Amino acid sequence: MNPECISQLNEDGHTLSLIFSGSWTIGNLPFSLPDVQTLLAGKIARICFDTSSLNQWDSSFLVEIAAITELATSKTISVDVNGLPVGIRKLLLLTQKKTAIPPTDYSFESNLFEEIGKHTLRIAEQVLEMFAFTGEIFLSYLRFCTGKARYLKKDLMFFLYDCGPQALPIITLISFLVGFTLAFIGAVQLKMFGADIYVANLVGLTMTREMGPMMAAIIMAGRTGASYAAQLGTMQVNEEVDALQTMGINPLDFLVLPRMTALIIMMPMLAIFSDFIGIAGGFFIGCFSLDISPSLYYEQTIQAVTLNHFLVGIIKSVVFGYLVAFCGCLKGMLCGRSADAVGKATTSAVVTAIVLIVITDAGFTFFFNVIGI
Amino acid sequence: MGESGCGKSTLLRHLTGLKRPAAGDIFYHGINFWERSRKKRIQLMQQCGVLYQSGALWSSMTIGENVALPLQQFTSVSDELIKKIVDIKLALVGLKGFSNYLPSAISGGMRKRAGLARAIALDPEIVFFDEPSAGLDPISSRMLDDLILELRDSLGATIVIVTHELASIFAIADDSIFLDTETRTMLATGDPKVLAEKSDNSKVKQFLSRSSSVKE
Repeated sequence: MNPECISQLNEDGHTLSLIFSGSWTIGNLPFSLPDVQTLLAGKIARICFDTSSLNQWDSSFLVEIAAITELATSKTISVDVNGLPVGIRKLLLLTQKKTAIPPTDYSFESNLFEEIGKHTLRIAEQVLEMFAFTGEIFLSYLRFCTGKARYLKKDLMFFLYDCGPQALPIITLISFLVGFTLAFIGAVQLKMFGADIYVANLVGLTMTREMGPMMAAIIMAGRTGASYAAQLGTMQVNEEVDALQTMGINPLDFLVLPRMTALIIMMPMLAIFSDFIGIAGGFFIGCFSLDISPSLYYEQTIQAVTLNHFLVGIIKSVVFGYLVAFCGCLKGMLCGRSADAVGKATTSAVVTAIVLIVITDAGFTFFFNVIGI
Repeated sequence: MGESGCGKSTLLRHLTGLKRPAAGDIFYHGINFWERSRKKRIQLMQQCGVLYQSGALWSSMTIGENVALPLQQFTSVSDELIKKIVDIKLALVGLKGFSNYLPSAISGGMRKRAGLARAIALDPEIVFFDEPSAGLDPISSRMLDDLILELRDSLGATIVIVTHELASIFAIADDSIFLDTETRTMLATGDPKVLAEKSDNSKVKQFLSRSSSVKE
């Protein structure tokens, strides 16, 4: 039955009756109500309701009644709610009950300058947090070296396995394809000068000095750094970090140290592995697509790639390993206490790690160039 | 009601359609829940509201957005009316003016009340509560119990509460099921006040009298 509302002015001329009939439920929207605003503009002193023909009602009816009541009250018109269903009367009373007062220092909107200011302060805060965290890690490693750090050795073994052997399949795939792509691109250019054989130099040097460590680091940032941030962030949400602290166990020693150590140890190994797989990718293209003999390609690679190049890559990868673990652990440990915060911490860990990896790599390249390695 | 580990929350997960029972059936209005199509099950679930222990508000949304989501998803109501309904629901639970706040900006008790506003957003026929007073101080707990009763009387909804809080049990329940940890079955049913006085089961008596042992 369609919802209907009829307004009727009583004989005294001061009382307005609103007669509701039909089903006033959300499924029967829109409701057609008389213009109460206009009706209340006259000499009305009292408003009452007749719901004897009302079949069904839900919150949408309550919304209308609450609006009418509020309007009448604002015009100092008395409202007689006795004609309303008992449920609605009780709900109306509940809505009029004293409620909690929202805090006034909570800002919903801010202008451009406020936003710029907030972002600047946040960046400054983050930089400070990074320095403070670095200091705490340094102290944690001092405790580690003096045997005072509390951590579980099985945790360290687990993380060594997790960021070492477990990461090999993805490192293999990506590194092989990087070597493969480098060889292809190099071949097109070098062929123009009849210098196809130098593809081996290009792939070997690029993989060992740059792409091997960098690709391994970027993969680990997405894989392990994100996982560290999510794990530690969730531990923050579940108050597991607080539990460690109250037990007198330093969360940095217990949670961060094993993760960071594992990644710093494993990253150079992954980088060397990545170097070889990348060179294999180039070898595959050199031999099968460019018709370079396998022995010639091998000889050329051995000549081009010296131990120094490998060392450059290893030094970089140790630092990259630290950066990935640092960002993952930092963002996880400073995570807020909601699901949303865990998501933000994870994203931020990956983005920060990749940015720092690229910046550090540029710095290293410049430095090694200056010192002639 | 029952001791920790007796399966109260598991039963609730079954009742709210989150878990398929390994044995037995769930009926709503005589309809076997798990024999229905997924679409029908979703329709049935819309007739239920659930308040979780922590409130389970979506942290990236404001309180108002949390309450509005079921209305936006399952009704064709205009945004303007949704806003009005959200305001009314928040006023019902004593959170008028908190619509634009994020869950992280309010207290645990308020989060529960906001969760309740979300649970009743679609005017459900049944509202399930999982340990509503858990983590609340006695005053907030009592206020929440009163609010549950007021909403039950005014909305006419059936209230199902999983709890081991005796104060809440005696204040709210007019019927109860006592679950047993060992046998994982029903040990007693009935009005908790009557059970506390007249039950001949020692475990039920012990639980409802809050004693560590029962004198036979």
